[in-house]
This record gives sequence, C-alpha cells and structure tokens, in this order.
Amino acid sequence: MNLRDTFRRDRVFDVVRPGTRTIKPGELDTGGKYLLYMENITVSFDGFKALNDLTLYIEPGELRCIIGPNGAGKSTMMDVITGKTRPDQGTCFFGQTLDLTRMSETEIAGAGIGRKFQKPTVFPEHTAAENLELAMAGQKTTWHTLVHPLNGEQRDRIAATLNTVGLLDRHDHVAGALSHGQKQWLEIAMVLMQQPKLLLVDEPIAGMTRQEVERTAELLQQLAGEHSVVVVEHDMEFIRSIASTVTVLHQGSVLAEGKMQDVQNDPKVIEVYLGE
Amino acid sequence: MRHSDLKTALTDRAARWFIGILFGAVALVVLLNQLIPADSGLHVSSYTVTLLGKYLCYALLAMALDLVWGYCGILSLGHGAFFALGGYAMGMYLMRQIGDRGVYGNPVLPDFMVFLNWQELPWYWLGSHSFLFTMVLIALVPGLLAFVFGWLAFRSRVTGVYLSIITQALTYALMLAFFRNELGFGGNNGLTDFKDILGFSLREDSTRVALLIATAIALALAFVLCRYITGSRMGRVVMAVRDGESRARFLGYRTEHYKLWIFTLSAVLAGIAGALYVPQVGIINPGEFSPLNSIELVVWVAVGGRATLYGAVIGAILVNYGKTVFTGIMPEAWLFALGGLFVAVTLFLPRGLVGLADNVRQRLRKSDGNNSNGTANDDQPEAPHEPA
Amino acid sequence: MLRVFALALALLCLTSVAQAESPATEPTTDIEEVLQQLRSRSFDDKAAAIDALAHSGHPRADALLKALQDRRLLLDRANDRIVLGERADGGWQLHDPLSEADLGTVESRAAAPITINNRLRRQIENLQAVVGLNNPDATLRRAAAISLIGTKDPDLLAALRERRAREDNTSVAAAIDTTLNTAALYSEDSDLNARLNAIEALSGSLEPTVRNALRSRLDSDAPSERKAVETALKRIDARTARYQTADTLFFGLSLGSVLLLAAIGLAITFGVMGVINMAHGELIMLGAYTTFVVQQIFPQGHEWSLLVAIPAAFLISGFVGVLIERFVIRYLYGRPLETLLATFGISLILQQAVRVIFSPLNRSVVTPEWMSGAWQINPVFSLTFNRLYIIAFALTVFLGLLLVLKKTRLGLQVRAVSQNRQTARGLGIRSDRINALTFGLGSGIAGVAGVALAQLTNVGPNLGQAYIIDSFMVVVFGGVGNLWGTLTAAFSLGIANKLLEPVSGAVLAKIFVLVFIILFIQRKPRGLFPQRGRAAEE
Ligand SMILES: Nc1ncnc2c1ncn2[C@@H]1O[C@H](COP(=O)(O)OP(=O)(O)OP(=O)(O)O)[C@@H](O)[C@H]1O
Ligand SMILES: [Mg+2]
Repeated sequence: MNLRDTFRRDRVFDVVRPGTRTIKPGELDTGGKYLLYMENITVSFDGFKALNDLTLYIEPGELRCIIGPNGAGKSTMMDVITGKTRPDQGTCFFGQTLDLTRMSETEIAGAGIGRKFQKPTVFPEHTAAENLELAMAGQKTTWHTLVHPLNGEQRDRIAATLNTVGLLDRHDHVAGALSHGQKQWLEIAMVLMQQPKLLLVDEPIAGMTRQEVERTAELLQQLAGEHSVVVVEHDMEFIRSIASTVTVLHQGSVLAEGKMQDVQNDPKVIEVYLGE
Repeated sequence: MRHSDLKTALTDRAARWFIGILFGAVALVVLLNQLIPADSGLHVSSYTVTLLGKYLCYALLAMALDLVWGYCGILSLGHGAFFALGGYAMGMYLMRQIGDRGVYGNPVLPDFMVFLNWQELPWYWLGSHSFLFTMVLIALVPGLLAFVFGWLAFRSRVTGVYLSIITQALTYALMLAFFRNELGFGGNNGLTDFKDILGFSLREDSTRVALLIATAIALALAFVLCRYITGSRMGRVVMAVRDGESRARFLGYRTEHYKLWIFTLSAVLAGIAGALYVPQVGIINPGEFSPLNSIELVVWVAVGGRATLYGAVIGAILVNYGKTVFTGIMPEAWLFALGGLFVAVTLFLPRGLVGLADNVRQRLRKSDGNNSNGTANDDQPEAPHEPA
Repeated sequence: MLRVFALALALLCLTSVAQAESPATEPTTDIEEVLQQLRSRSFDDKAAAIDALAHSGHPRADALLKALQDRRLLLDRANDRIVLGERADGGWQLHDPLSEADLGTVESRAAAPITINNRLRRQIENLQAVVGLNNPDATLRRAAAISLIGTKDPDLLAALRERRAREDNTSVAAAIDTTLNTAALYSEDSDLNARLNAIEALSGSLEPTVRNALRSRLDSDAPSERKAVETALKRIDARTARYQTADTLFFGLSLGSVLLLAAIGLAITFGVMGVINMAHGELIMLGAYTTFVVQQIFPQGHEWSLLVAIPAAFLISGFVGVLIERFVIRYLYGRPLETLLATFGISLILQQAVRVIFSPLNRSVVTPEWMSGAWQINPVFSLTFNRLYIIAFALTVFLGLLLVLKKTRLGLQVRAVSQNRQTARGLGIRSDRINALTFGLGSGIAGVAGVALAQLTNVGPNLGQAYIIDSFMVVVFGGVGNLWGTLTAAFSLGIANKLLEPVSGAVLAKIFVLVFIILFIQRKPRGLFPQRGRAAEE
C-alpha cells in the first residue's frame, strides 16, 4: 500500500480544483502529512543489498535520528535521497510531487535538500567564507553568478553564519588548512546556508569536543521545527540529548522506530546493536 | 572577503603589472624596430618582431588552456585543435586575399583547388573573402565544436583522464581529416603563400608591427576577461567544480553548465590565438592538429604555474624561447629537454615557476624573523576532497 | 594427336610398370637419346621428342620440359649436345641436363636456346597437365585438373574423362567434373540438356575461368539456358561476396589482434593500476627495435631469432618500465593527470633516444620463411600465415596474462594493491615491489607486442605514437580494469575498421571509428563492461 496515495485521495487534480494554490512543476508541494516518503527502497551492489525494502517517512519540522551498526545502510539511504545512488526498486518522493529517483543531484539540492557528508567535504582551496558563499541559497546559474557579485545582505548572512559556528575569525583561511572539527563546523554552516527544507546530517560530531557537541545538539534542535532534520549518529548520549523519534536500521531495513526509551528497551535492538 | 567586478579585474595589482609589462615590452620592440636604423646595434629585426608576435599568440593559447585546466580542472589534450581551427579560418581569408596572384592565376579558386581540378569553391569557403565574416568564423568554429563536444562529454560526466584521452582523440581525428585533400583545406600542404591582410602586404614591416600590437591587445583583453571571470562568483564555482565536482552538484550547481561555458570560452580564445598566429608565420597546415602540439602546450602552462593566468603566459614565452634557442644550437637535444621538462615540472614543480617564486618569497619573509603565522598555508594544497 | 596421346599413355604405363618391377633398369641412355632429338630443326620431331620426354617417367623430365619452356635448354654448338644453361655476364653458364654438373661457361655465340613455337608450347603445357593428372599425389592431380579448366582440347578432355573414370578421390573427381562441365559450355555441338546440367553443376564454383565460361553463354539462343546462366552467376557472386566478407573479417581479426597486443599491456598499467602511461607506445617501439637488434646480432638466424627476440623484448621493455615506475610514477600515484604528463615526457625522451642511436629512418625486420605465404582455401579466400600467427600470438599472450592475474600469488597481490593500497600494505603486501612488478609486466607485454608489430610494419621512432591513441581507445572502450572488455573492444574495433575501409577509405574509416568511440564514451563513460562498486567511483 502506498501511503502517499492515501493522502492524495481526498484531493482532486490541482487544475480542476478552483481557488487553491497551484504547484508549479519542480516546486515542493508540502500539502501531505509527510515531507519525505521513502517506500520499499532496495539498493544492491553486485548482489549485496545495502538497503532492503526500506520504508521511512519524515514529517515536516521533525528531528529524526537514525542509528544502526556499521554498514547498516544509513549513508546509503542518504545517497538515495540526494540522488547519488539510484535505487533498484522503490519510490522516493519529496513532498507530494517530486520524484527524487528521477531528479539529478543538482535538482534535488535545488528543491531544498541539504546534506552534510560523513567525511567532511569542504572545498579545500576556497576560504571558509567562500565555502559558505558557494553553499548559499539563491540562483545558481552560470550567468547569475558571473554578473552578480555578493550584495551586502548576503555578505552579512555569511558572516552571521560563520559566527554561529564560531569560525568568523577564520573566514579568510583556506578550508584545507582547518582542523577536522573546524571542517565539520564549516560543513554544518554550509548546510545552514543552503536553507534547505530537509537537512541530512551524517555523523556531525565526530572530532568535536564535549562543548561543541552540546552546541551542535542545540543547533540541530533549533533548526528542527522550521526544517526537517535527519541525523545519523553512533554516539548514543548525543542521540538521547536531542532525540524525539529514533529509527534503527539493520541490514538495510528498519528494525525499530519510536521514542528513544522504547527503542532502547526493544529486545531486538538490544541484540543487534546496543547489546554489547 | 573577496568580491569583484570589472573595475577590480582591470585595476588590481596583478592586472596592472601584467598589462604594464606586456605593453612596455611590445612598445620597446616596436620602437627599436621602427625608429632605430637597421645598421645600428640596437636595431631589432622584424624577424624578432614576428617572433615576439608568435610567442604572444602561444601565450594567449596557454592562457586559454589555463582557464580550463588551472581553474576548472579539465585537462584538455586537444586545445591545439581549436587553435588550428581558428588558424584555418584566418587562413581561408588570407587565401582568398591572394586573388589572381596565385601560380595558376585563378581569381576565385586558391591554387590547390585548381591543382585538384575543382571547378568552384566548396560551400564552406563561401564568405571567406569577407574579413568580418572571417572574424565571426574564428570565434564560431572552435566555439561551436567545443560546445557540442563539451555538451556531450560533460552531460554524461566524462571526466579526468578519460576526458583528456578523448580530447586527444578529437584532435587526432581532425588531423587525419585535414590531411585529406578531399576536405578542401589544402591537404598535406595546408594553406600558405599568403600575400595581404586587409589590403596590407604581409611582407611589410609595418604590417608585422601592427599584427604584433593586435596580438598584444588581444592578450591583454583576454587576460582582463579571464581575471574578471575567475574573480567572480562564477569563478569560485568553477574552482569548486575543479576541487569537488560532485560536492558542488550537491550544493545545487549544474556543474556541467559551468564546465561547458568555460570550455567553450577557452576554445574561442584558442581560436583567436590561432587566427593571429597564421598571418605572422605565414602558413597553417594539419601538423598544427598533431596531438604533440596540444600536449606541448600543457607543459607551457605547467612550467609557468596553473591557475594564475600570468603563469601560463610566462611559461609559454619561456618554453618557446628555450625551443627557439635550442633548435638553433642543437636540434636533437630539444626533445630531450622538452621531455625532461615534463618530468621535472610534474615531479619537482607542481605549482610551476609562479608557485616556486611564492615559496621563495615566503621563505624569505619567514627567515626575516617576523613572527610566523601559525595557519598560513605555505604547504601544498591538499588533495581535493570528494564526498565519501 | 590422339595417336600420340594413346602412345604416350601406353608408354607411361609401361615405364611405371617397368620401374616398379625392375628398379635396376637405368632409363638414362634412353632419355639422353630422346633429349638429343630436340636438336632437330623440324617441329614435328621436336613434338615427338617432347612427348617421349614427358612420358619417360624420368625424374628430370619435368624440370627439363620447364627449362625448354623458359628457353634454358640450349644447343651446345661445340659438342653438338643439348645442355642446360643460364645467361652469365654476356655468355652462358652450362650444366649437364641430367646430373646438373657444372660444364663451365661459354661465349654467347657458342650456344643457342632450342626454339619452340606456340603449338609446342601448348603441347608441353598439356602434357604437363596430363602427367599431373596421373600423379600419385591427389593434391597435384587436383591442381592439374584445375589448371585445365577452360580447355577445349579434345585430347585433354579425353584424358580427363579417362582419369575421371578411374578417379576415386572425391575432391579430384569434383575438380575434373568442373573442368569437363566448363568444356561442355564451350562445345557448340553439345545438346541443350547437357549444357543445362553443366551450368547447374557449375553454379557454385568460384573459379574465375568458370565464371567467364558461364558469361560466354549469356548470349545463348535458348532462353532457358540464359536463365540458368543468370541464376548460376548470381549464386557464384553471392558465394564470392560471402568469402569476401570472411576475408574482411579475417583482416579485421588480425587488426584486432594487433590492437589487442598493443592495448593489453596498457590494460594492466592503466586498467589495473590506474596509471596513465603515455610512454606505452614507446615501450612497444623498444620491443620492435629489440627484434631488429637481435636480427642484426644473428644475421643467419632469421628463422629462429624471433624466439630470442620475444623474451629479450619482454625483459628490455619490462626493465625500462620498472625504471619508469621507480623513478617517476611512484611519486605520482593518485595524480593521474600529472602521471600522464610525466610519462609523456618520458615518451619524448625515448623516441629521441632511438632517433639518436638508430637514426630517424625506418628499419625493417626480416620476416621468417615460416611466417610468409598463405593458406589458400579457395580461389577467392586465403589466410596469410603472418596474420594467422599474429592472431594466435595475441590470444596466447592474452590468455597467459589472464592466467598470471587470476591464478598466481602475484596476480592476487596486484589486484589487492590496485583495489586498496593502504589495506594491502596493512596485510603485509609490499606494495612498492608489487607496483614495480606490475608495471614491469605491463611494459614487458608492450615489448612483446613490439616484436609482433615489427613483423607487420617498419620499425621507426614513431611506431609507438601510431598505436598509443588506438590502445587507449581500446582500453577505455572495453571498460577500464576489465581484460575481457579489452579483448572484445580490440576485436570489435578492428573488425569495424576493416568493414568500413572498403566503403570509406582507410583514413575516413579511422576517423569514423574515433568519432564513434568519442560518442560512445559519452553515452557509456565507463566503457562496454564497466566496473561497479565504490572503488570505481573515486
Ligand atoms: N558504492 C558502493 N559500492 C559497493 N558497496 C557499497 C557502496 N555503497 C555502500 N556499499 C555497501 O553498503 C553497505 C552500507 O553502507 P553504508 O555506507 O550505507 O553504511 P553506514 O550505515 O553508513 O555505515 P557507517 O556507520 O559505518 O557509516 C556497506 O556494506 C557498504 O560496503
Ligand atoms: Mg555511514
């Protein structure tokens, strides 16, 4: 059964419905209950199923944590959402209309999905500020970037975001020379600059100090509400400190889902993951 | 925080130096050639004038390659093809300028067509008598080829060495094609025996001087244009594409568009360089398409230093000067020197002479005892990250 | 004529019987006498002598008849004797006709060739054929029958019929039938039915003479005959076309195996190690020059020097490859574009070195006897031996390499290192050594390819350049890292090239293939057989 269709059943086609907002093609339609619909996704690499019939829904404004042992398929799930990997089976919709399996990485990013990668991937030869400039939401066509230098407001936003992640004094250092933790922050800042509807954050706190972890937790909780946030982490304490809903992945499919408390006490979860 | 517009591209320090030195040198050579009598020791021969003009054409070509390779990470091993196409477009115009002064005295057909018993001009030679139309062709033909080729290649994400190899195949295929008489570009011999350009005899010193000045102006304009582009936000996106293409894609950039426009622009610049080159050397033949030429051009840029624009110019002039000197004294040694240069530059000078100068300058500053700045990036840029 | 013939036959039977029964009998005096009859001025006498000679059964008879045809049978005026002779600085070098013993040289005027007219010439040819028809060796009998296709001579036809009746070898019988049927077409008095049967029987033959004979009946008065001829010609043309396609395919395969040889080393250095070696072509060139040098060292050993050249080329190119890896490439792992430039520099140096050492001119290598010649399958289709050997050689090298990579420890380690340098090192594999060995292996194979190429083209400093782009195309087209892909790509590109050549000319064919690959790579950037998995995405 396809949940997305269920939610559409009460609606007729936009064109025949008088007086409602019409969604332009390519634009995000957040009319349904969920923002992201992943249904029955299977991804296999040479016969090995990295994702196996995975179904996952994300609500607008939700903060969702994903946990699971190494190789459970967490990063692969993000690859599917961002268009890096094409699923062999299953559907993946962003809002009501955007079929992510048919969109390019660029289109997906443009539609409002931002991602922080597991391994920090900043542009090493650009300065911190330039990295944010690159990530900044807005028109990203060749012509636009050629003829429109940054305006004052945009520069202020970059400075403000750098300030948020504590890198303002490093703004003109090339990113390649930053420390690992600073790179993590820089990448988080880049995701912020994208102003996405959906943030995918893969292992954000690796290489951070206790204090920084707390700041990250705070930041993510702030973001939730306005944006949907999906966080992948192995650090259970961190999860506990931010979690509302937790999904446990195991061997490419959902093992359990629910409140942190319930999941933690689930015997299946204990066996495969928390047990040791 | 850097920001840019045309004004800064024209007036920043590097641009002022570059344009100053360029025109200073050209003016000096021109004056010594025109004003000093030929018997004086200070006189500069018109051979030297033309030689300098030739070097500047190479410099423009090298700059074009630096734009795609240094800034966008596309190592084209086929840029010689765009250069040659621009050259052939100019060559066609110059052929038509010969008129009935050719060996066979045919007022319309170039000699080689008469020789092949052709009765009329092939359609693609129509319009070649017009200088204006030729100027359009010079930009259009290489640009269009680059656009179509790039559109196909970048859209399907052919990158890295694969791209290098197919660009090499491209110029190789063109070379084979231009060697054929049937193609209508003079086959083996190419286009030569030019007489006039715009009615001025190519043998006159004044024409040679004018061509040199035109080349210098073209080089300066191209430099300003490239500075403007690389200093703009677009330039920073282009460099981001170079360092992490898929990361740039995840940020919402249509990276293939950026690559495509840079590649096309670069091809147009290469075409212009070729067009300025042909009247100065007086011949264009299919040898210009040979893969060796294109790859030699890569070493000019590597020697000078990538992603600085002026590095490419310095490299082009130095290597070609070396070539002129070498082939004069001991021709057999030139290929050894060139080959050694390839190896030495990649092993010991990854950032070229410009990078070497930077390093030396920084060393000096450090040893001056000024307190050292901890995170200054005097080390090699680290390898680009791709998303895991 | 018929009488002569019958006599000849009888003689033939007699002599062979006589020979079989009493080997001690010396026919020498006999043949000496027959030979001396040729001194006569009368062509009739000569004709009789020729007949007698042909049927003497003497082992020298055939050679002497040939000498007569070639005007090498002379009358030695001083001794009034028939001798063999050749022109030698203005005079004649004489030999004994039977023992071939040297009889010294004489002046030009002292001897004169025995003259023969066209009638005698025909007679000799026919006699040779008839003798051939009765040769105990079936292949020779068949060749004789085929050489007679188109003859209208009634005596010969009678001989053919006679032989046909006794012939028990089917292939010879078929050849005789073809000859007889062709004759039937030419004979005016044969009846229509017989001709129709003949046409029917000839309709698959590939002999050009048969085709001519059939064409000569195109203006026949009988419509049914004209139609039959047309059908027969059509069938012949269709068959010829089929064999021509086979011929093209064979050429394509041989070009493909050349490409395979050139690309296979690259498939290792580029495909397995990820190193762009632009000097690969020059390693091939070194192999070719090694062949040349080995031949210079053993001037008498053309027949076997290849056996020395192959390992020598492998070692020399492999050694140079190891040097390149140790001194340049190892500092450039993970930087493919830089590797490309550095190795290109090396290729320039190698080329120039060869130019300085061996001169810029092309050298040529002598092809051994056993590699020249061809296997003639039918009149329109033959396989030349050198190409057959190259195909076999390329496949052997390919399979050998496959075995090395799949079955040996070295192969396992090579694959481990190529997939993950760090992990492999962690497992105690000395990746330095493996890298050098792998590169040496790829380079050595390039050298071996050079030995093969030296048999096909001239050896020159630009030999490598001619192959480098093609080799890269093959590897990329087949899918990097996939040896079977390289094989498929090499053969399909070779065949495509040869199929296009007759249509468009060689240069255009090459351009088409290049353009095709350029377009193909844009559709399938990872080639025909792409590698999958995370490693491939880097
Ligand atoms: N491109 C690929 N090719 C082959 N196998 C892959 C590829 N991508 C992922 N895999 C495999 O899929 C499985 C899931 O990988 P994934 O990176 O999603 O795990 P993960 O849950 O993110 O683990 P971790 O917690 O270690 O980051 C792994 O076994 C991995 O080897
Ligand atoms: Mg992961």
